This record gives sequence, structure tokens and C-alpha cells, in this order.
Amino acid sequence: MLTKRIVPCLDVKDGRVVKGVQFVQLRDAGDPVELARFYDGQGADELVFLDISASHEGRKTMVEVVKAVASELAIPFTVGGGINALEDMKRILRAGADKVSLNTAAVNNPDLITEGANFFGSQCIVVAIDAKYDEELGSWRVYTHGGRTPTDLEVIAWAREAAERGAGEILLTSMDSDGEKKGFDIKLTKAVSESVSIPVIASGGAGNADHFADAFIDGKADAALAASIFHYKETSVAEVKSYIREKGVVVR
Amino acid sequence: MIGIIDYGMGNLFSVSKALERLEVPYFLSEKKDELLKADALILPGVGSFKDAMTILNSTGLADLIKEFADTGKPLLGICLGMQLLFEDSEENGMTEGLQLLPGHVRRFPGETAEGEMYKVPHMGWNRLVFLHSSPILKGLDEDYVYFVHSYFVDTDDQEAVISRSLYDVEVPAVVGRGNVFGMQFHPEKSSSLGMALLRNFTELVEERMSVK
Repeated sequence: MLTKRIVPCLDVKDGRVVKGVQFVQLRDAGDPVELARFYDGQGADELVFLDISASHEGRKTMVEVVKAVASELAIPFTVGGGINALEDMKRILRAGADKVSLNTAAVNNPDLITEGANFFGSQCIVVAIDAKYDEELGSWRVYTHGGRTPTDLEVIAWAREAAERGAGEILLTSMDSDGEKKGFDIKLTKAVSESVSIPVIASGGAGNADHFADAFIDGKADAALAASIFHYKETSVAEVKSYIREKGVVVR
Repeated sequence: MIGIIDYGMGNLFSVSKALERLEVPYFLSEKKDELLKADALILPGVGSFKDAMTILNSTGLADLIKEFADTGKPLLGICLGMQLLFEDSEENGMTEGLQLLPGHVRRFPGETAEGEMYKVPHMGWNRLVFLHSSPILKGLDEDYVYFVHSYFVDTDDQEAVISRSLYDVEVPAVVGRGNVFGMQFHPEKSSSLGMALLRNFTELVEERMSVK
């Protein structure tokens, strides 16, 4: 039986992991490879690296990070952030990433999903969706540019289109829940997961192990992503897994 | 030395890095004469069966792989590379494979016999069940490995299925007959068991070289 995946997410800027990562026992908390190894050791099923570099130099450095991580790690990893063209995907995938995640670029140019899936196979293409509930719309609206820009797209319809265009997976972030630590947005996760035939990664709102159980059992998520609760050691991947295993969720 | 077949459709980097971690010498090549001299070949692959066979046929690498298999030297197909070893695939229209192993590549139905829908691709960590003893499983315990695929091998050759996994249907996960092996999952992305399986393959190559 396929297991549910726990996915730590690391923000990388100019080749270094940023945003308050607390790992006292690590020599260098900012080294992406060392952190990746740390999470691998805890039983992380997959990793996501989000490239938040704005500069050209920073992006070039990211390719080096991807190479280094791929050399050291025998678990799959996804790279997102700043991927705007087929050429960007090639660079990242050839450097050893298993998947690339497209967000704003996919909304601006949906053909990019199709092109990427045709060229590399659907399994390499993750479409990341930032979703926020919209009263007027009576549903969730898609946001781009790191959640700053509302679009005309409705989340479920966009998720379906992404899947039809060949996306292999949806990385679904709830902007309403993100950073609140009150749990994943179960309604949103369930609605999207039941609307597409590809795996859905729930993201945004993880505060404790129970929240992961909810995302899998009630939210029908295939994977769940979190950053700060792992970085700040509020819990660990191993703890989450042993807790949700008791709740009947199948994990590795 | 192990040759990795570079035909433009594999994640060559992750396979080659895995061999580096195991400290096994390897080379990447698309040249027939170089590949024929290898002690063993690895056929990686992501993408579609039809595209892969088109490339392998037009470059003559398909014949090279068959010729290599006939020499009795070990051959390992990974993911799509494993599927290519079989008779044919229904992906994007029926396409003939390398026909080194008996069986057909079919798409996951996406719906159980009871009418319940499930997700395709089969993506993530699934448990291996060992069915037969084989040098490739030597010293290993059943554990999880990482799969990403929408098609699976349907074969009547029960002996060739060394290990399977379950995703609605029984998924041949490690296959082998004589010197031809395949892994449907990505051993290079499957943590400790994956690396151990690759190590067993490379040890098999070394043993064969030492008896030669």
C-alpha cells in the first residue's frame, strides 16, 4: 500500500537555507545539504527546496545546491521558485532534482505545464497553487507572486486544468491557514484532492502531529508539507510519523 | 566498469551519483562500441515508452542492448528502463519493446474492481514483497521504495517477478531472468533499501567478472 508522505520544506536564498532554522547540533544551520541529510535521517519522504533568490547569481547558485543535494541524498526532492521557462526546468532537473514546481509562471503561461510534462514526463512537473477563500466567488481563488496578486482563477478549476495539462502533482498551499499553526485547510484540501486524479500535497497551517493526521484522513491529502514546526523543532518527522501511524495512517 | 546508456531520456545524474556513493566505477555513453565493452549496462529512463523506443531504434541502441544481453553480461533497467525490456506497451499507442522479457506494459486502471477510483501515477513510497530468492535480494529485508509510474508490467512469467508491490494491481517491482534485471521503482531515490539493491547488482557484476 502506498504510504502518505511527510515533506519538509526549505527556503533557499543565494545557496543558503534561510528563515529561522534552529538546529543546534548542526555545524552550519544554513547549509542545505546538511539540513537535507538531517531530515532524511529523520525519515522525511521527500524534500522541497524553494528558491527565494531574486538575483541571477542566486539562481545560478541554486543549481550548485541542487547538484550537491542530489549527490548526497537518496530520496526524491522538488525545487520551486523562479522557474519561468523550459530552460529553467532543464537546468534544475539536469542538476539532479526529481521534480520542479511551477506557480506564477504556470498561471501566466499554462502551456509551460504541457511543455514540461511532454518533455520530462508528468512525474517531474508539480503545479503549486496558493489558495485563499473568496466570499464573492464562494470558493477559493488562486493567487500568484507569493500570494500578493489575486487572479481570476478558481482553485478547483485551475487544479483540474493543471492535471489535464499534464501536471503530476499539486502542491496546495492555503493562504488562510499558512503560518497560523491551527491545522491544514481540510475543506480546501479535500475539495481539490477529490477533484483531480493526481496526488495532492497539503501545505500551510501545520502546528502539530494531529494536524497531519487530519490532512490525510479527512483532507484526503497524499502528502503534507511543513516548514517551521520542523525547523523550530516543535516536532520531528519521526514523531509525526509515529503519531499518525497509531491513528491508522500508513507511513514508511 | 558499468556503462549507463545515455539516450537522452533518463535522470542520468541521480543514477550516476548513486554509483559514486557506492564507489563503483561507471561511464555514461551513447556509443555502441563503448557500451558493448562494459561489464554491465544500466538502462535508465523517464518519459514515455514510445519516445524512448523511437530513440533507441533510430540510434541503433535497441540492437546494442539486445546484443549485450546475449553476451550474458548483466543488464539492469530502471523505471521506464525496466518496462522497455518487455514485449510491448500500450502507452501512447501500442509500441514494441526490447522483448528481452515476456510481458506487456499496461496503464493502471485508476479504478478498482469495486468501482473505487484511485490516483495514477503510482507516486510515493510503497512496500516491496520478496517472492523468490535472488542474488539481487541477497541479505536484504522487505522495506519501502520510491515509485513514480503510471504503467506497470503485466506478465505471466511468475519466476521472473522477484519482488512485487501492491497498488490495486500486483506491480512487478524487481524482475529478473538470467542476466537481465529490472526495477520499476527508483533505487537511487529509495533510501537504504534502494542503495542496497543497487549494491547487490554491482556485486553481481563483480562476481561475474571474477569468475570469468
